[in-house]
Amino acid sequence: MMTSATHTGSRARGSASLRHRLAERGVDTKLLLLVPAIVFALLLFVYPFAYGIGLTFQPLAATQEQWGGGFFANYVAFFKDAFIFDSVWITLRLALPAALFNVLVSIPIAFKLRSKFRGKRMLQTLLVLPITLGTVLTAQGLLIFAGRQGWLNRFLLENGIIDQPLQLVNNYLGVMLSLIISGFPFAYLLISSYLSGIDPSLEAAAKTLGANWKQRFRRITLPLLAPGLATTFILTFVLAFSVFPSARLVGDASGETRVLALMAYRAFSEQLDYSMASTIAIMMGVVELIVIAFVFLGRSFLYKGSTGGKG
Amino acid sequence: MTRSTNTFDTLELKNVGRSFGGQNALVDLNLRVRAGEFIALLGPSGCGKSTALNCLAGLLPLTHGEILIDGKRIDVLPSEKRDFGMVFQNYALFPHLSVEKNIAFGLQMRNLPKAEVTRRVADGLALVKLQDQAKKRPGQLSGGQQQRVAIARAVVLEPRLVLMDEPLSNLDAKLRLEMRTEIRRLHQSLGLTTIYVTHDQEEALSLADRLVVLREGRVQQIGTPEQLHNNPTNWHVADFMGYRNIVDLEVESVVGDLARVTGRGISIMATLAQTAAVGDTVRLAIRPSDLVVTGPDTPSGRDAIQATVNVVEYQGREFAVEVTTTEGQNLYVHAYTALLPGSTVRLAVDPSRALVYRSSLDGVAAPRELSAVR
Repeated sequence: MMTSATHTGSRARGSASLRHRLAERGVDTKLLLLVPAIVFALLLFVYPFAYGIGLTFQPLAATQEQWGGGFFANYVAFFKDAFIFDSVWITLRLALPAALFNVLVSIPIAFKLRSKFRGKRMLQTLLVLPITLGTVLTAQGLLIFAGRQGWLNRFLLENGIIDQPLQLVNNYLGVMLSLIISGFPFAYLLISSYLSGIDPSLEAAAKTLGANWKQRFRRITLPLLAPGLATTFILTFVLAFSVFPSARLVGDASGETRVLALMAYRAFSEQLDYSMASTIAIMMGVVELIVIAFVFLGRSFLYKGSTGGKG
Repeated sequence: MTRSTNTFDTLELKNVGRSFGGQNALVDLNLRVRAGEFIALLGPSGCGKSTALNCLAGLLPLTHGEILIDGKRIDVLPSEKRDFGMVFQNYALFPHLSVEKNIAFGLQMRNLPKAEVTRRVADGLALVKLQDQAKKRPGQLSGGQQQRVAIARAVVLEPRLVLMDEPLSNLDAKLRLEMRTEIRRLHQSLGLTTIYVTHDQEEALSLADRLVVLREGRVQQIGTPEQLHNNPTNWHVADFMGYRNIVDLEVESVVGDLARVTGRGISIMATLAQTAAVGDTVRLAIRPSDLVVTGPDTPSGRDAIQATVNVVEYQGREFAVEVTTTEGQNLYVHAYTALLPGSTVRLAVDPSRALVYRSSLDGVAAPRELSAVR
């Protein structure tokens, strides 16, 4: 009895065509549409990435001699050469506060811009416009506006408000300003879309239950928004961490803003040490991954389900 | 759960109005609510009933008028200080908090001692029979259960007024009936003053002590379910109260309260619900259940309407029938026997159940009628 049942069962399964069974598992001709994407990914990402990793294990003879470690000489150099390793901290010192600032400042602005008012569209456009500028244009603008001979300093000097020009660019502050100008629109756009995903009736409900605005924000909106804030933080952090043009143009490229991207570029173009450049690039990715891992770890404790809104 | 101690004698809405950019959503709402009353605001979508509720809750500022509790203005208070409980149409449960914490939220906002919060949450859960679901998140509950959490969350505060905004409209028919009974039971046991917004006349009639019918932001009629059901003040209210046959006719003669109205293949005696003179064009309103099928064989009285059967729908106890008069007017009738489509029938109606209204709605719902109801 048992055997006959299993027998008919397996025959029923066998009678469905192979193609039909594959289709049930999502394998059908539509998968061919993935081919161009896979080819691109292989050629433009996987292969160069693997090649770069390979390069890091082919240190120059000079590096091996100076730092030892055989194949790993580049990594030994990365950690032992204070000139290189310090740049990890320099980069983090720029990227973390910039990302944090962008996220924190976006929250109240996104909040305010949720309601309808005259000129809202205009204001939104102004806030998002810097996205279109690009870092080089931003850097040039900063130099013209805030440089030693810039409008701002000239105005302040000529009106006797200050005696010495303010040092606003070609240092840490200059790069920070540039990171905020280019990173803020991203943070604002992301956060306002997360915010619009929260059903406004939840806040209305909290209101009728007697919660004042602080309690509403802390108990209802913030917990629902937090996963979105984490994601936004990561994205703006990654953007800021790979800062390169502004670190050179409005920063102090050999001092305060000697970021990792600059170090990699220098190894590549000035020292012609491709393997060291690759090592720095790979280590940039590792540092980013560590920060992201921390943020996601924190995010895993948060509520991540539906927020009831249109999002 | 104990009866709310936090009660009042009267809640009064005086000329309450709200306009949105010059568009009047609510005009001159006057209403006096006694403690413990269950009031239903009834009307089609866009009639201003939700606006009225949001104004009461403090979620929308008034543009005209005032709201008073025992003579003290409360429309100037922010929503969180009004001490009203509100049940939202989409429940608006906090998705990141468990059922328990949702119910506890309002109590915690009032800084009650922990032990009391725990006790009252347990009471609230018991009230809506959700003790087993206390630790679950709202997303894990069915629609009916979510609805009960929303109600528990509002009533554990023992608010002086409970506002409900179409709380049953997202539920399926069976659950809606169950929850309706549940809401009525809760109101009877807790005695919380309730204002309930709905577009479903059956829901309003079965739940409310008094109904307020709104149309385009204006009050049409305020009264008990019986008053509205039997004596709608204008054809719009009649239409809403199930007088499905609304026909434009002409007054042929008037005798006291009765008038003979004619046209569209109909000539019957009907009751004047609003004054009308001979020759006026009026609206006749009749419930399908008040139109009696007398069959083609009965001698043709003057008041019989001759009609042809169009569509017959079986509805369990009776048949809903659409017929057409000799002059092409469609009428809806309830019959207890299956009529054959295409056959001819005669219909009769008790003159007291056929109501005659003016065609225009302007100037109706005069204050005189409202104060008489009050």
